[in-house]
Amino acid sequence: MIKRILIIAILFLIVVVFLPFMKNIVLKDSLNSLSSDYVETSSKDLKAANIVTGVVVTFRGLDTLGEVTVLFIATAGVGFLLRRKHEKSGKIKKRPASEILSTGASFLFPLVILFGVYIFLHGHLTPGGGFQGGVIIASAFLLLLLSNIHFQFNHTILHWVESLSGAIYVLFGLLGLILLGSFLDPRFLPLGTLGKLLSAGAIPLIYSFIGLKVGSELSNILDSLRGAEE
Amino acid sequence: MRYTLILGFVLFIVGLWGMLTRKNLFKIVIGFSIIDTGIHLIIVTIGYLQGKTAPILDKMVTPGNAVQKVVDPIPSALVLTAIVIGLAVTALMLSYIVRLYKHKRSLSIEDYRELKW
Repeated sequence: MIKRILIIAILFLIVVVFLPFMKNIVLKDSLNSLSSDYVETSSKDLKAANIVTGVVVTFRGLDTLGEVTVLFIATAGVGFLLRRKHEKSGKIKKRPASEILSTGASFLFPLVILFGVYIFLHGHLTPGGGFQGGVIIASAFLLLLLSNIHFQFNHTILHWVESLSGAIYVLFGLLGLILLGSFLDPRFLPLGTLGKLLSAGAIPLIYSFIGLKVGSELSNILDSLRGAEE
Repeated sequence: MRYTLILGFVLFIVGLWGMLTRKNLFKIVIGFSIIDTGIHLIIVTIGYLQGKTAPILDKMVTPGNAVQKVVDPIPSALVLTAIVIGLAVTALMLSYIVRLYKHKRSLSIEDYRELKW
Protein backbone atom coordinates (compact mmCIF):
# COMPACT_ATOMS: atom_id res chain seq x y z
CA MET A 1 0.00 0.00 0.00
CA ILE A 2 2.78 2.42 0.96
CA LYS A 3 4.60 1.38 -2.20
CA ARG A 4 1.58 2.19 -4.33
CA ILE A 5 1.18 5.63 -2.73
CA LEU A 6 4.89 6.30 -3.23
CA ILE A 7 4.67 5.33 -6.90
CA ILE A 8 1.69 7.60 -7.45
CA ALA A 9 3.49 10.42 -5.62
CA ILE A 10 6.60 9.95 -7.81
CA LEU A 11 4.58 10.01 -11.01
CA PHE A 12 2.62 13.05 -9.82
CA LEU A 13 5.86 14.87 -8.97
CA ILE A 14 7.28 14.11 -12.41
CA VAL A 15 4.14 15.51 -14.03
CA VAL A 16 4.37 18.64 -11.83
CA VAL A 17 8.05 19.12 -12.69
CA PHE A 18 7.78 18.60 -16.43
CA LEU A 19 4.37 20.08 -17.22
CA PRO A 20 5.56 23.73 -17.14
CA PHE A 21 8.30 22.82 -19.63
CA MET A 22 5.74 21.22 -21.92
CA LYS A 23 3.44 24.23 -21.70
CA ASN A 24 6.20 26.75 -22.29
CA ILE A 25 7.58 25.21 -25.45
CA VAL A 26 7.25 27.99 -27.99
CA LEU A 27 6.07 26.95 -31.41
CA LYS A 28 8.75 28.38 -33.63
CA ASP A 29 8.24 28.94 -37.33
CA SER A 30 11.90 29.21 -38.36
CA LEU A 31 15.14 27.36 -37.66
CA ASN A 32 17.46 28.59 -34.96
CA SER A 33 20.89 29.90 -35.97
CA LEU A 34 22.77 26.62 -35.41
CA SER A 35 20.29 24.56 -37.43
CA SER A 36 20.13 27.06 -40.28
CA ASP A 37 23.92 27.11 -40.37
CA TYR A 38 23.94 23.28 -40.55
CA VAL A 39 21.36 23.33 -43.36
CA GLU A 40 23.32 25.98 -45.31
CA THR A 41 26.70 24.28 -44.88
CA SER A 42 25.40 20.79 -45.51
CA SER A 43 23.83 21.71 -48.84
CA LYS A 44 26.54 24.08 -50.08
CA ASP A 45 29.87 22.93 -48.66
CA LEU A 46 29.25 19.22 -48.22
CA LYS A 47 26.84 18.63 -51.15
CA ALA A 48 24.94 16.10 -49.03
CA ALA A 49 21.31 16.03 -50.22
CA ASN A 50 20.18 14.42 -46.95
CA ILE A 51 20.95 17.09 -44.37
CA VAL A 52 20.36 14.68 -41.46
CA THR A 53 23.19 12.54 -42.81
CA GLY A 54 25.39 15.62 -43.04
CA VAL A 55 24.69 16.30 -39.37
CA VAL A 56 25.13 12.67 -38.25
CA VAL A 57 28.32 11.90 -40.17
CA THR A 58 30.09 15.26 -40.25
CA PHE A 59 28.95 17.93 -37.80
CA ARG A 60 28.20 15.45 -35.07
CA GLY A 61 30.54 12.75 -36.36
CA LEU A 62 32.31 12.40 -33.03
CA ASP A 63 28.93 11.82 -31.41
CA THR A 64 28.21 9.05 -33.94
CA LEU A 65 31.60 7.49 -33.24
CA GLY A 66 30.62 7.45 -29.57
CA GLU A 67 27.28 5.82 -30.39
CA VAL A 68 29.01 3.12 -32.43
CA THR A 69 31.26 2.53 -29.42
CA VAL A 70 28.21 2.21 -27.15
CA LEU A 71 26.78 -0.32 -29.61
CA PHE A 72 30.06 -2.24 -29.53
CA ILE A 73 30.13 -2.30 -25.73
CA ALA A 74 26.50 -3.48 -25.60
CA THR A 75 27.33 -6.26 -28.08
CA ALA A 76 30.35 -7.27 -26.02
CA GLY A 77 28.13 -7.31 -22.92
CA VAL A 78 25.51 -9.52 -24.59
CA GLY A 79 28.24 -11.86 -25.85
CA PHE A 80 29.76 -12.05 -22.39
CA LEU A 81 26.47 -12.68 -20.59
CA LEU A 82 25.25 -15.33 -23.00
CA ARG A 83 28.53 -17.10 -23.68
CA ARG A 84 28.18 -20.68 -24.67
CA LYS A 85 29.41 -23.56 -22.61
CA HIS A 86 30.86 -26.06 -25.04
CA GLU A 87 30.98 -29.03 -22.69
CA LYS A 88 27.21 -29.09 -22.22
CA SER A 89 25.75 -31.68 -24.56
CA GLY A 90 22.12 -32.04 -23.51
CA LYS A 91 20.70 -30.31 -26.55
CA ILE A 92 17.03 -29.81 -27.28
CA LYS A 93 16.09 -31.50 -30.52
CA LYS A 94 15.11 -28.81 -32.96
CA ARG A 95 12.44 -29.20 -35.57
CA PRO A 96 13.50 -28.12 -39.08
CA ALA A 97 11.72 -25.08 -40.52
CA SER A 98 8.73 -25.61 -42.75
CA GLU A 99 9.03 -25.78 -46.53
CA ILE A 100 7.46 -22.33 -46.94
CA LEU A 101 9.82 -20.62 -44.49
CA SER A 102 13.00 -22.21 -45.83
CA THR A 103 12.11 -21.57 -49.49
CA GLY A 104 10.98 -18.02 -48.74
CA ALA A 105 14.09 -17.30 -46.69
CA SER A 106 16.49 -18.54 -49.37
CA PHE A 107 14.61 -16.42 -51.93
CA LEU A 108 14.46 -13.29 -49.76
CA PHE A 109 17.90 -13.40 -48.14
CA PRO A 110 19.94 -11.94 -51.06
CA LEU A 111 17.22 -9.36 -51.76
CA VAL A 112 17.15 -8.16 -48.16
CA ILE A 113 20.97 -7.92 -48.10
CA LEU A 114 20.85 -5.96 -51.37
CA PHE A 115 18.21 -3.64 -49.91
CA GLY A 116 20.35 -3.03 -46.81
CA VAL A 117 23.39 -2.20 -48.95
CA TYR A 118 21.24 0.14 -51.06
CA ILE A 119 19.99 1.90 -47.91
CA PHE A 120 23.44 2.63 -46.56
CA LEU A 121 25.01 3.50 -49.93
CA HIS A 122 22.28 6.08 -50.57
CA GLY A 123 22.38 7.45 -47.04
CA HIS A 124 23.50 10.88 -48.25
CA LEU A 125 20.71 11.15 -50.87
CA THR A 126 17.56 9.55 -49.44
CA PRO A 127 16.19 8.80 -45.97
CA GLY A 128 18.35 6.03 -44.61
CA GLY A 129 21.98 5.45 -43.85
CA GLY A 130 24.41 3.22 -42.04
CA PHE A 131 22.35 2.52 -38.94
CA GLN A 132 19.18 1.63 -40.82
CA GLY A 133 21.03 -0.36 -43.49
CA GLY A 134 22.93 -2.26 -40.83
CA VAL A 135 19.72 -3.21 -39.04
CA ILE A 136 18.21 -4.45 -42.33
CA ILE A 137 21.28 -6.62 -43.00
CA ALA A 138 21.03 -8.07 -39.50
CA SER A 139 17.34 -8.83 -40.12
CA ALA A 140 18.37 -10.83 -43.22
CA PHE A 141 20.63 -12.93 -41.02
CA LEU A 142 17.80 -13.34 -38.52
CA LEU A 143 15.68 -14.78 -41.35
CA LEU A 144 18.47 -17.21 -42.17
CA LEU A 145 18.80 -18.22 -38.50
CA LEU A 146 15.07 -18.87 -38.26
CA SER A 147 14.82 -20.92 -41.42
CA ASN A 148 17.95 -23.03 -41.19
CA ILE A 149 18.67 -24.77 -37.87
CA HIS A 150 22.17 -25.80 -38.95
CA PHE A 151 23.21 -22.29 -39.98
CA GLN A 152 26.44 -21.14 -38.31
CA PHE A 153 28.00 -17.72 -38.54
CA ASN A 154 31.57 -17.67 -39.76
CA HIS A 155 33.02 -15.94 -36.72
CA THR A 156 36.34 -15.12 -38.35
CA ILE A 157 34.67 -13.13 -41.13
CA LEU A 158 32.20 -11.51 -38.73
CA HIS A 159 34.93 -10.33 -36.37
CA TRP A 160 37.15 -9.12 -39.19
CA VAL A 161 34.32 -7.14 -40.81
CA GLU A 162 33.40 -5.64 -37.45
CA SER A 163 36.94 -4.65 -36.44
CA LEU A 164 38.05 -3.49 -39.89
CA SER A 165 35.00 -1.31 -40.53
CA GLY A 166 35.39 0.35 -37.11
CA ALA A 167 39.10 0.92 -37.69
CA ILE A 168 38.53 2.31 -41.18
CA TYR A 169 35.87 4.67 -39.82
CA VAL A 170 38.39 6.12 -37.34
CA LEU A 171 41.03 6.15 -40.11
CA PHE A 172 38.78 8.30 -42.31
CA GLY A 173 38.30 10.66 -39.38
CA LEU A 174 42.06 10.92 -38.91
CA LEU A 175 42.54 11.47 -42.68
CA GLY A 176 40.21 14.46 -42.40
CA LEU A 177 42.23 15.68 -39.41
CA ILE A 178 45.55 15.35 -41.23
CA LEU A 179 44.50 16.68 -44.64
CA LEU A 180 41.98 19.38 -43.70
CA GLY A 181 42.55 20.06 -40.04
CA SER A 182 39.32 18.78 -38.49
CA PHE A 183 38.35 15.30 -37.34
CA LEU A 184 35.85 13.47 -39.64
CA ASP A 185 35.92 16.21 -42.29
CA PRO A 186 34.74 14.31 -45.42
CA ARG A 187 35.91 16.89 -47.95
CA PHE A 188 39.27 15.27 -48.69
CA LEU A 189 37.57 13.35 -51.52
CA PRO A 190 36.04 15.25 -54.49
CA LEU A 191 32.59 16.61 -53.62
CA GLY A 192 30.89 15.92 -56.97
CA THR A 193 27.46 17.27 -57.83
CA LEU A 194 24.56 17.44 -55.42
CA GLY A 195 22.19 14.49 -55.70
CA LYS A 196 24.53 12.05 -57.47
CA LEU A 197 25.65 8.77 -55.89
CA LEU A 198 29.31 9.81 -55.96
CA SER A 199 29.00 13.08 -54.10
CA ALA A 200 29.45 14.57 -50.64
CA GLY A 201 33.12 13.60 -50.38
CA ALA A 202 33.75 10.67 -48.06
CA ILE A 203 30.25 10.63 -46.49
CA PRO A 204 28.97 7.59 -48.49
CA LEU A 205 32.15 5.67 -47.68
CA ILE A 206 32.05 6.53 -43.97
CA TYR A 207 28.35 5.68 -43.78
CA SER A 208 28.93 2.36 -45.58
CA PHE A 209 31.51 1.38 -43.00
CA ILE A 210 29.13 2.41 -40.21
CA GLY A 211 26.51 0.22 -41.92
CA LEU A 212 28.85 -2.78 -42.07
CA LYS A 213 29.82 -2.25 -38.44
CA VAL A 214 26.23 -1.97 -37.21
CA GLY A 215 25.20 -4.96 -39.34
CA SER A 216 27.97 -7.19 -38.02
CA GLU A 217 27.44 -6.06 -34.41
CA LEU A 218 23.72 -6.83 -34.54
CA SER A 219 24.37 -10.18 -36.27
CA ASN A 220 26.74 -10.91 -33.39
CA ILE A 221 23.94 -10.11 -30.90
CA LEU A 222 21.60 -12.46 -32.80
CA ASP A 223 24.23 -15.18 -32.72
CA SER A 224 24.73 -14.75 -28.96
CA LEU A 225 20.99 -14.77 -28.32
CA ARG A 226 20.63 -18.00 -30.26
CA GLY A 227 23.48 -19.58 -28.36
CA ALA A 228 21.73 -18.74 -25.10
CA GLU A 229 19.14 -21.47 -25.36
CA GLU A 230 19.95 -24.63 -23.51
CA MET B 1 0.82 22.53 -27.31
CA ARG B 2 1.10 19.79 -29.86
CA TYR B 3 -0.69 16.48 -29.54
CA THR B 4 2.47 14.49 -30.26
CA LEU B 5 4.15 16.25 -27.36
CA ILE B 6 1.32 15.21 -25.03
CA LEU B 7 1.41 11.70 -26.46
CA GLY B 8 5.16 11.44 -25.87
CA PHE B 9 4.73 12.66 -22.30
CA VAL B 10 1.89 10.20 -21.65
CA LEU B 11 4.02 7.36 -23.04
CA PHE B 12 6.85 8.41 -20.73
CA ILE B 13 4.56 8.34 -17.70
CA VAL B 14 2.99 5.00 -18.73
CA GLY B 15 6.42 3.46 -19.21
CA LEU B 16 7.65 4.71 -15.85
CA TRP B 17 4.50 3.45 -14.15
CA GLY B 18 5.05 0.06 -15.79
CA MET B 19 8.66 -0.07 -14.66
CA LEU B 20 7.73 0.78 -11.07
CA THR B 21 4.70 -1.47 -10.62
CA ARG B 22 5.33 -4.61 -12.69
CA LYS B 23 6.99 -7.60 -11.06
CA ASN B 24 7.97 -9.51 -14.20
CA LEU B 25 11.45 -8.60 -15.44
CA PHE B 26 10.37 -8.72 -19.09
CA LYS B 27 7.55 -6.28 -18.39
CA ILE B 28 10.03 -3.89 -16.77
CA VAL B 29 12.08 -3.97 -19.98
CA ILE B 30 8.90 -3.30 -21.98
CA GLY B 31 8.27 -0.29 -19.71
CA PHE B 32 11.77 0.93 -20.50
CA SER B 33 11.10 0.60 -24.24
CA ILE B 34 7.88 2.61 -23.88
CA ILE B 35 9.80 5.39 -22.07
CA ASP B 36 12.34 5.28 -24.90
CA THR B 37 9.63 5.72 -27.53
CA GLY B 38 8.03 8.58 -25.60
CA ILE B 39 11.32 10.46 -25.37
CA HIS B 40 12.01 9.98 -29.09
CA LEU B 41 8.57 11.37 -29.86
CA ILE B 42 9.19 14.43 -27.67
CA ILE B 43 12.61 15.14 -29.22
CA VAL B 44 11.29 14.86 -32.77
CA THR B 45 8.31 17.08 -31.92
CA ILE B 46 10.57 19.82 -30.53
CA GLY B 47 12.43 19.92 -33.86
CA TYR B 48 9.27 20.00 -35.97
CA LEU B 49 8.25 23.27 -37.61
CA GLN B 50 4.66 23.74 -38.73
CA GLY B 51 4.11 23.22 -42.44
CA LYS B 52 7.72 22.39 -43.32
CA THR B 53 9.19 19.33 -44.97
CA ALA B 54 11.89 16.74 -44.30
CA PRO B 55 15.47 18.05 -44.46
CA ILE B 56 16.30 16.30 -47.74
CA LEU B 57 17.10 18.30 -50.85
CA ASP B 58 15.23 17.58 -54.09
CA LYS B 59 13.53 19.51 -56.89
CA MET B 60 11.36 21.59 -54.56
CA VAL B 61 13.87 22.06 -51.75
CA THR B 62 16.98 23.54 -53.35
CA PRO B 63 20.15 24.69 -51.55
CA GLY B 64 18.95 28.26 -52.04
CA ASN B 65 15.61 27.99 -50.21
CA ALA B 66 16.34 25.03 -47.91
CA VAL B 67 16.56 27.18 -44.78
CA GLN B 68 12.98 28.41 -45.29
CA LYS B 69 11.55 25.00 -46.17
CA VAL B 70 12.90 22.30 -43.87
CA VAL B 71 12.40 21.20 -40.26
CA ASP B 72 15.26 21.15 -37.75
CA PRO B 73 17.68 18.32 -38.76
CA ILE B 74 19.48 18.05 -35.40
CA PRO B 75 16.73 16.31 -33.36
CA SER B 76 16.19 13.88 -36.25
CA ALA B 77 19.89 13.05 -36.23
CA LEU B 78 19.86 12.54 -32.46
CA VAL B 79 16.81 10.27 -32.55
CA LEU B 80 18.22 8.28 -35.48
CA THR B 81 21.19 7.13 -33.42
CA ALA B 82 19.17 6.89 -30.20
CA ILE B 83 16.85 4.27 -31.76
CA VAL B 84 19.76 1.95 -32.58
CA ILE B 85 21.31 2.47 -29.15
CA GLY B 86 17.92 1.74 -27.57
CA LEU B 87 17.81 -1.53 -29.50
CA ALA B 88 21.28 -2.53 -28.29
CA VAL B 89 20.54 -1.56 -24.68
CA THR B 90 17.28 -3.55 -24.78
CA ALA B 91 19.20 -6.58 -26.08
CA LEU B 92 21.68 -6.18 -23.23
CA MET B 93 18.90 -5.99 -20.63
CA LEU B 94 17.17 -9.05 -22.07
CA SER B 95 20.39 -11.04 -21.91
CA TYR B 96 20.77 -10.01 -18.27
CA ILE B 97 17.29 -11.42 -17.69
CA VAL B 98 18.28 -14.70 -19.39
CA ARG B 99 21.31 -14.93 -17.10
CA LEU B 100 19.25 -14.14 -13.99
CA TYR B 101 16.69 -16.75 -14.98
CA LYS B 102 19.39 -19.39 -15.42
CA HIS B 103 20.70 -18.49 -11.99
CA LYS B 104 17.46 -18.57 -9.97
CA ARG B 105 14.78 -19.98 -12.30
CA SER B 106 12.50 -17.05 -11.65
CA LEU B 107 11.36 -13.99 -13.60
CA SER B 108 9.77 -12.18 -10.68
CA ILE B 109 11.78 -9.26 -9.33
CA GLU B 110 10.63 -10.15 -5.82
CA ASP B 111 12.93 -13.18 -5.85
CA TYR B 112 15.98 -11.02 -6.25
CA ARG B 113 16.45 -9.59 -2.79
CA GLU B 114 19.39 -7.43 -3.81
CA LEU B 115 17.14 -5.54 -6.26
CA LYS B 116 14.26 -5.03 -3.88
CA TRP B 117 13.25 -1.56 -2.71
